[in-house]
Amino acid sequence: MILNGSQILIEVLVEEGIRTIFGYPGGSLLNIYDALYMNKDRIEHILTVDECGACHAADGYARASGKVGVVLATSGPGATNLVTPLATAYMDSVPLVAITGNVTNDLIGKDSFQEVYIAGVTMPVTKHNFVVRKVEDLADTLRRSFEIALSGRKGPVLVDIPKDVTIAKTEFIKVKARKEKENKKIILDKNKIDLVADMINKAKRPVIYFGGGASNASENLRELMTISDIPSVHTIMASGILGYDEPLNLGLLGMHGSVTANKAIDKADVVLAIGTRFSDRVALNTKKFASKAKIIHIDIDASEINKNVKVDFSIVGDINEALDKLLKLINKRENKSWIKELYKWKKEDYKPKENANMITPYKIIDIVCSKAGKDAIYVTDVGQHQMWAAQYIHHIKPRSFLTSGGLGTMGFGYGASIGAKVATKNRHVIHITGDGSFHMNMNETATAVTYNLPIISIIMNNHALGMVRQWQTCFYDKRYSNTDINRKTDYVKVAEGFGAKGFRCTTTKELEDALDLALKEKIPVWIECIIDKDEKVLPMIPSGGTVEDIMVD
Amino acid sequence: MKNKILSLLVDNNPGVLTRIALLFSQKGFNIESMTAATTYNDKITRITIVTNGDDSHMAQMMKQTEKLIEVHSVFALDTSNSLMRELLLLKVAINNGDSSIICDIANAFNAKIIDISHNNLVTELSGMPDIIDRYLNALKDFNILEMSRSGVTALERGDIYHS
Repeated sequence: MILNGSQILIEVLVEEGIRTIFGYPGGSLLNIYDALYMNKDRIEHILTVDECGACHAADGYARASGKVGVVLATSGPGATNLVTPLATAYMDSVPLVAITGNVTNDLIGKDSFQEVYIAGVTMPVTKHNFVVRKVEDLADTLRRSFEIALSGRKGPVLVDIPKDVTIAKTEFIKVKARKEKENKKIILDKNKIDLVADMINKAKRPVIYFGGGASNASENLRELMTISDIPSVHTIMASGILGYDEPLNLGLLGMHGSVTANKAIDKADVVLAIGTRFSDRVALNTKKFASKAKIIHIDIDASEINKNVKVDFSIVGDINEALDKLLKLINKRENKSWIKELYKWKKEDYKPKENANMITPYKIIDIVCSKAGKDAIYVTDVGQHQMWAAQYIHHIKPRSFLTSGGLGTMGFGYGASIGAKVATKNRHVIHITGDGSFHMNMNETATAVTYNLPIISIIMNNHALGMVRQWQTCFYDKRYSNTDINRKTDYVKVAEGFGAKGFRCTTTKELEDALDLALKEKIPVWIECIIDKDEKVLPMIPSGGTVEDIMVD
Repeated sequence: MKNKILSLLVDNNPGVLTRIALLFSQKGFNIESMTAATTYNDKITRITIVTNGDDSHMAQMMKQTEKLIEVHSVFALDTSNSLMRELLLLKVAINNGDSSIICDIANAFNAKIIDISHNNLVTELSGMPDIIDRYLNALKDFNILEMSRSGVTALERGDIYHS
């Protein structure tokens, strides 16, 4: 059938199984929005307050569901508003397809109104990008974009479409829907699997170190740990892949990880690194990280092998396939003395301190978790609150802790919460944020109100840009340059002004009462909790340090 | 550090050269010279890059480049077993009566004189990169007005081939 570019876009989205997109209109997108209008029953469009929020929402949608998130933005400033969220998705390997309008082909390169060379701007922050100059190339380019976003190490792809292409017509041929297409498989080297199994079987102090790449591997991971009695440590991106209270789960490692987890990696004789990249927040000193261990690295991205830390052995491929094969060769055994040593460290590990005068971050999170229940999804912004959330939330399921770990984007939270809520419908979405980050994206509350998304924002207000202030306390002799914030924002009033509900809490009782009400609401709720500005995220290992340098006060 | 040569086979798409150069810049990899042109298959372009770095640096460079969607293959040429060529166009002044000495030097290197005007002549030399270096060194005391080096292109000898 003969269709125009905008209609082709709709058809390919439906073919790819996309039922919801996030976006913001503009001149270059008029034809596409017209096609969306005519196809309201097939594709739902969520209109946000700006393109940044729309793209963070597509990202949150993708993280919560495992599907591709789609965002639509207009040319020029609309497209450039996608840069930070695209970089956020790129750093955390989130599958997105971003579609941007552009000026007509004849106006490209002439400094036209709302024109920007977005393909050039986003080259370093996308897996790949395309400019579709001819409508004949549109369908296949879009299909290719989804394939690239979902294959191997996932990531964002941008497709830039000049306005005349959105109205030009061509023959459109349907193909098989995405779910019927087969994914290309990487063949694993059998000899390598044998060698790895042997190393694990013979290890005296083995540790598994896993990251976000293991999101779909919970069962295999748990089985490996149980059969061979191997403890594990994980990155912030892997929160929830194992339950927080599983006995062999030693928890978070790295800059703000536990003493136990960091010591375990330091003393291990074999480290099995799965779906992770030895980031500078984990391998703070690349030469001394796991220095006593033989390191085995399993990852889908070959370029991560030996990029930051030299490893002894590597397997490039899909984690589940590798673990499936490995499990057949692992011996059942116990590591009683190693586990005993680890539990001894766990008992002596850092515990958050009480505060007689103000609610503590630990208490806030504890109360929120017990009220929100096992099915809740937590989304954070960036800073101290993010670290406390990672450390103290009762993580139970994968894809239930959404955080910008790689880029560390303040302002990610509200948009991502919207995406997560749209993706999961009936689960509680709890947005944990700080007064700094919240000011960056609180206006997306207007979107949540419009679409009846009852997101609960817990604003940990310490009247400071806490994380930077903490570094100024520790390393800059308390010279608090531009980190003490004394804004007069009245969160309760502003929430109501948006059409949401607001609460202000200074005691645990006030928080409990506010949560009881909030969890029944059908509109978004902001719960401001006043905390001490001198609260620190602990433990802490400074950059370049090892567990020897860990600070516990 | 000794120079190394990477040969890339990539899709002949608009902007592919930009992507490669951008990646090298982004990761802090060095580009000493870069040449590009379509191959026998006009959908594929060969890009030859002269770079430097130790073994682990080179391994990272190649793996990062291989990740790019439009890159089909990346290989490091064994410079001890490769045919390397570069072209030099050189414009040198001749109004001091140097022209015969310059011509002698050119002849010694088998460089061709391809243009003579009132005040200068232009020589063309193609050969291995170090021959070009030695030719330039031989002419360094003369008044070189302009020069253009093409950058190195190369193929491995023998029965090895990549396509």
